[in-house]
Amino acid sequence: MAIKSGNETLVAERKEPNSSTLYERISQVPDVRGRFGLYGGKYVPETLMFALDQLEKVYQEAKNDDIFQQELSRYLREYVGRPSGLYFAERLTKEAGGAKIYLKREDLNHTGAHKINNAIGQALLARRMKKKRLIAETGAGQHGVATATAAALFGFECRVYMGAEDVRRQELNVFKMRAMGTEVFPVHSGSSTLRDATNEAMREWMSSVENTHYIIGSVVGPHPFPMIVRDFQSIIGKETRQQCLDQFNRLPDVVLACVGGGSNAAGMFYPFIEDKEVELIGVEAGGRNSNAGEHASTIAFGSPGVLHGSLSYVLQDEDGQTANVHSISAGLDYPGVGPEHSFWHDQKRVEYKTVNDQQALEGFRICSRLEGILPALETAHAIYETMNLAAKRGKSEIIVLCFSGRGDKDCAEVARLEKQ
Amino acid sequence: MNLHTNRSTEMNLPQKISAVFTELRSKKQTAFIPFIPAGDPNLNATGSIISALPRAGADLIEIGFPFSDPIADGPVIQAAYTRALNQGIRVESIFEMIHHLSSKPGWKTPLVGMVSYSLVFRPGVSKFLTRANQSGLSGLIVPDLPIDEAEELSAAVREHHLDLIMLVSPLTPIDRAAKIAKYSSGFLYCVSTVGITGERTELPSSLQAQLKSIRELTSLPLCIGFGISQPSQVQRWKEYADGLIVGSAIVRRLEKANEIGMDSAQSEIVEFVQEFSRECKIR
Repeated sequence: MAIKSGNETLVAERKEPNSSTLYERISQVPDVRGRFGLYGGKYVPETLMFALDQLEKVYQEAKNDDIFQQELSRYLREYVGRPSGLYFAERLTKEAGGAKIYLKREDLNHTGAHKINNAIGQALLARRMKKKRLIAETGAGQHGVATATAAALFGFECRVYMGAEDVRRQELNVFKMRAMGTEVFPVHSGSSTLRDATNEAMREWMSSVENTHYIIGSVVGPHPFPMIVRDFQSIIGKETRQQCLDQFNRLPDVVLACVGGGSNAAGMFYPFIEDKEVELIGVEAGGRNSNAGEHASTIAFGSPGVLHGSLSYVLQDEDGQTANVHSISAGLDYPGVGPEHSFWHDQKRVEYKTVNDQQALEGFRICSRLEGILPALETAHAIYETMNLAAKRGKSEIIVLCFSGRGDKDCAEVARLEKQ
Repeated sequence: MNLHTNRSTEMNLPQKISAVFTELRSKKQTAFIPFIPAGDPNLNATGSIISALPRAGADLIEIGFPFSDPIADGPVIQAAYTRALNQGIRVESIFEMIHHLSSKPGWKTPLVGMVSYSLVFRPGVSKFLTRANQSGLSGLIVPDLPIDEAEELSAAVREHHLDLIMLVSPLTPIDRAAKIAKYSSGFLYCVSTVGITGERTELPSSLQAQLKSIRELTSLPLCIGFGISQPSQVQRWKEYADGLIVGSAIVRRLEKANEIGMDSAQSEIVEFVQEFSRECKIR
């Protein structure tokens, strides 16, 4: 399929999924060129093509190598603590007064979030490629901590790029990374947030590509990253699917997850893509309001563009300059979104909704009080939407929320906001 | 003066890029190609510097279009882009500045735009190229567009009478370099080192071997970029290359405009370009 520039051509075709073959087609991506429908690809300097080709080759080998897969499973089981539980949130359910709410407890993983699933997987790939050093970008710091953890576990040298603004917001995670021997590199360029940290990590990778592996933390960036990260995170959806079949003898009615770059959502949704009876809902950060610069709702307000090596929905101005974004949660504060999410949106396979800062805080409070679980502010967005939705649905319905991370890292920020 | 007529029908035209290299080759000289980021500190200053460069010995001039997330550029150029964007620079105003330069009576020096693909994609390839051609640009370098994604753009540049200058890196295998050369016109941009734009004191010696083998598969002029910062580097490399591109070392001089004033910064840049181009012209 030819890739055409200009917005009209791209946004034009949104298809209503209606046949099972279409659902299969939606799950059989990316193609050999790294395309999810129109999205994805490799928009990177020539210097990086070598590393991307090498990574793709090694990944394909590893994917089909039983020893690699067994090793990965062992670390996920014995080190990360998988499988994570599927927990019935009885009091949230009662409060909402409708559908049953279940939480897929990624917050119980070692390091407190889903990010570790991908970090361990990619660190094993880096070892397979005989690279000595890891670099990563981080927003909330969860991916940075996960990468620092994998680096310590496997003995890699490690540097994490983090926007100077996020270094301030996420002091605890900065401490954790440093404690594990990782160098935290504050990025002052541009807007000093996740997007600038990503630019910096990509640049650094270009000059060190021969001995360094770049662990991208979300389903973004050039091919093969969106595919690799999705695959490593798909353990979430695979387990959830099986747990539902075991516990309820059927699949859930709705599955929800928050979406920044979209890795926990991609990992949760992907194994359900062909189950057309399962409704999938992604929740983006609505920030303060819907004015440009005040939110991070890329799919709701963005348009197709090129950022960080792939074609996907992007928040940008008429010239193609990336827009500033805002979210209360550092992990959702990103102007792009994974290309597969753009594809799912266009294909109408996943519905994307928006939850704002105040609503997310409400989600944080209600979950803390009623369940004794402090959620990450990213997760809190999805909690709010889940409560909303559960209230509208019948009691026999089952809603599963991807509980992507724990809230310790956000306690100081929430306390600061409550004082204001 | 109508900004929206097709440049190829106008009387006053910059030389074709290929013509510049043919002429230099016949004189056994090396092209000197300075890079200037548009809009730092403002577009008037950019126009003023660029208009002084042909007389200082620039054979082609590369104009950087500021982009918010330039993954191929080093800190010096990114900082210049950030300064320009903070002033609210728009793509259209850059085209207007270029048009103003290229339609000056007697203007011959080809101007090449260095543009991130996001800026080309957003308005649409055809619309962007139409404006590029109308403004008098001779070619485009899109540093984040490898051949694998360049199908649409490389077909369209021909229709718009523009050259597309693609990049080869030290990590590019030779059969891939051959493909890249096929997609390119004007010249081939040979990245000297693995990494981003920026100044370096030494270029790797493996570059010689790579240039020699690329020479065997294409007749396109080969220009070296990334990491050239001193006129003393010229003699060593002119034997292998048809042109030398200097960016960060110029931008660093431009950065000083705030302290020493624009006029002094401009004179420093002009002198620097003169020095480089003198070395390039010595046979």
